[in-house]
Amino acid sequence: MAFRSLPIAAIGSLAATAAASFAPAAAQDIEFTAEVSAELRYFADGPAYAGQIERWQPSIVLEPELRWSDADRTHQVAILPFYRADFQDEEREHFDLREAYYRYNDDDGWSVTLGLAKVFWGRTESRHLVDIINQSDSVEDIDEEDKLGQPMAHLSVLRNWGTLDFFVMTGFRDRTFPGADGRLRFELVVDTDDPIFERDGRRAAPDFAARYSHYVGSWDFGVAVFHGTSREPRFAIEGAGGRIRPVYDRITQGSIDLQYTKDAWLWKAEAIVREGHGDAFFAAVAGFEYTLYQVFGTGADLGLLTEYQHDGRDEGLVLEDLGLGAPTSVLAAPVTVANDDVFMGARLALNDLKETTLLVGGTIDVADQSTGMFIEAERRLGENWAVELQARLFLNADPGNVLFVFREDDFLNLRVTRYF
Amino acid sequence: MTNRNPQARRALLASAALSSTLLAFAAIGGARALAQEAATEVAVEAAAAETDPVARGDTPEAHKGYDISARSDRTDRGFGDSRVAAKMVLRNEAGQTSEREFTFATLEKENDNVGDKTLIVFVAPRFYDGTALLSHAKILDPDDQWLYLPATKRVKRISSDNKSGAFLGSEFSFEDFTTTELNKYTYKFIGEDEIDGMKMDVIERYPRYEKSGYTRQRAWVDQEIFQTRKVEFYDRKDELLKTLTLTEYREYDGVWRSHLFSMTNHQTGKGTDLAFGDYEFKTGLDANDFEQSILTRLR
Repeated sequence: MAFRSLPIAAIGSLAATAAASFAPAAAQDIEFTAEVSAELRYFADGPAYAGQIERWQPSIVLEPELRWSDADRTHQVAILPFYRADFQDEEREHFDLREAYYRYNDDDGWSVTLGLAKVFWGRTESRHLVDIINQSDSVEDIDEEDKLGQPMAHLSVLRNWGTLDFFVMTGFRDRTFPGADGRLRFELVVDTDDPIFERDGRRAAPDFAARYSHYVGSWDFGVAVFHGTSREPRFAIEGAGGRIRPVYDRITQGSIDLQYTKDAWLWKAEAIVREGHGDAFFAAVAGFEYTLYQVFGTGADLGLLTEYQHDGRDEGLVLEDLGLGAPTSVLAAPVTVANDDVFMGARLALNDLKETTLLVGGTIDVADQSTGMFIEAERRLGENWAVELQARLFLNADPGNVLFVFREDDFLNLRVTRYF
Repeated sequence: MTNRNPQARRALLASAALSSTLLAFAAIGGARALAQEAATEVAVEAAAAETDPVARGDTPEAHKGYDISARSDRTDRGFGDSRVAAKMVLRNEAGQTSEREFTFATLEKENDNVGDKTLIVFVAPRFYDGTALLSHAKILDPDDQWLYLPATKRVKRISSDNKSGAFLGSEFSFEDFTTTELNKYTYKFIGEDEIDGMKMDVIERYPRYEKSGYTRQRAWVDQEIFQTRKVEFYDRKDELLKTLTLTEYREYDGVWRSHLFSMTNHQTGKGTDLAFGDYEFKTGLDANDFEQSILTRLR
């Protein structure tokens, strides 16, 4: 029963440090921090299309963060600019205000947020079907997880029977797409400077959304509606070998998302019904995450994920009058690869001092076996540095599958981040 | 598209089904000193309402062990809510260290059928800045836990199944934090002892909840202010695994809190110190401040 005590001096100084240097949790504070990342992408193959980057794509990302709140957190302000300098793809070099909002938190459980903000809805891992508030910043990555700041007025009401969120939005954000130099694009370049909007008023046309979310026992769920301009564009193809123009339609969407948590199992599902892109359609993602704790006789955890993706939207080109004078060849609905696909993945967390994690996954199309795979490994380096290695592979891409356009775009991405 | 898992950037926490009432450790205790009370006769009158007969057992040693623990538990009643900053220093076999800083907010349980609610917000390393963990502790059922990932604004319900797993890679396991509620154990009075000149009651406690990494814990509770001063943890093979010491006790208007928890793992040679700043009590937090949807409004 030998109890090896730590040196008394060490204990004393630790406790003294704790008492002296910790700011009270609720102190009024202006907080300024920043992240700076250097990135290097390497493409394993030469380009599929003329004009694209050959192999190497270096870039730098700056993400300052300014926050203020008063002592009891009634008033909050956040300003988070984002800038990526990309030395080859001018469309990927871009600035955004990821967040720039003022929030009032009332003692009675409600809050109002005004400004550019980010909101996430959903449960599943392989696809974020119900997450519709923010536009995807798809030059960042093709996984639709990087989002642009959305101007909004957001009322959130927290009650003991759940949370109600109401959104009124304007100032539509166009989806970003790579330029002619960029990899991970279609054969034709998307002309982001010349989009087509279904309704007059264009970017100012207001969007409305509402969501109810709550939990009961082991169930967490959300039910939402959205009416406004679709974040996903269709594509109009002008002229032979011409250009692609994004087409943003007005849509109405209802959604449900839920999770059941039992022991080491998380069962998750999301589903939508959407009207406004060709025929109304239903889409869903459902699956599980199961975690094996303390595997291999170590403190590491291994999570296993499987999800099925279904999407019933229209496919293929139609001739449609988009108000351009003559019928235009346009996709009947925005493209998706997740129409009938199975995702499987594994996440390993070593739970070591450097928080090393490894994530491997792949989505395979049931019909044509086109497969997109990814690997992500990350760890901290010291107190203020982190390194991330990412790879994407496009395997067995069938000419009839959207993934075919990325068939030469397998890449490795190294990211080193310094926190200030 | 093949979306990567949204937790990739903050994945450690996601996989770590973390904890709830860290503070509850310190919460086994906190009394106005009732020094005159005889150590052999434990007053239980106030505890009658919440006594779980199964937890109290059916032998004199079990009763006495339970009653001493109940008295210690009772001294923490009425703290309402609290806030405190904490710093954790992890030390591996080679002597390398790594630090984490976070703030704790705790809301006292409404009644004895549930546990406290806890909100942990991470401050450092910056890698985790803004990540938050909300826990609603239960007695014998699994705790409800939600993780907030600030990069994606995602609130995710997580499993609390990983009781014997490491809390943030430290020598504290999740159950070390979550399982201090009185009725989660049965007890046995072992005897008396002395630490640093203070008279102690020594009690063994045996987990009633599932998936514990321990067969038993041996706790030293002082006879003056009824605070836990030391705990030994015995693994599933009933071998001594870890020792925890709780020192730097200070009183806040009748409530006592240790400001330094030191855990040593005897089998690996690793250690973790958990140091607390000054506590604030009755800060006006209410149930709304511990709801999952509040996580997106923390800053």
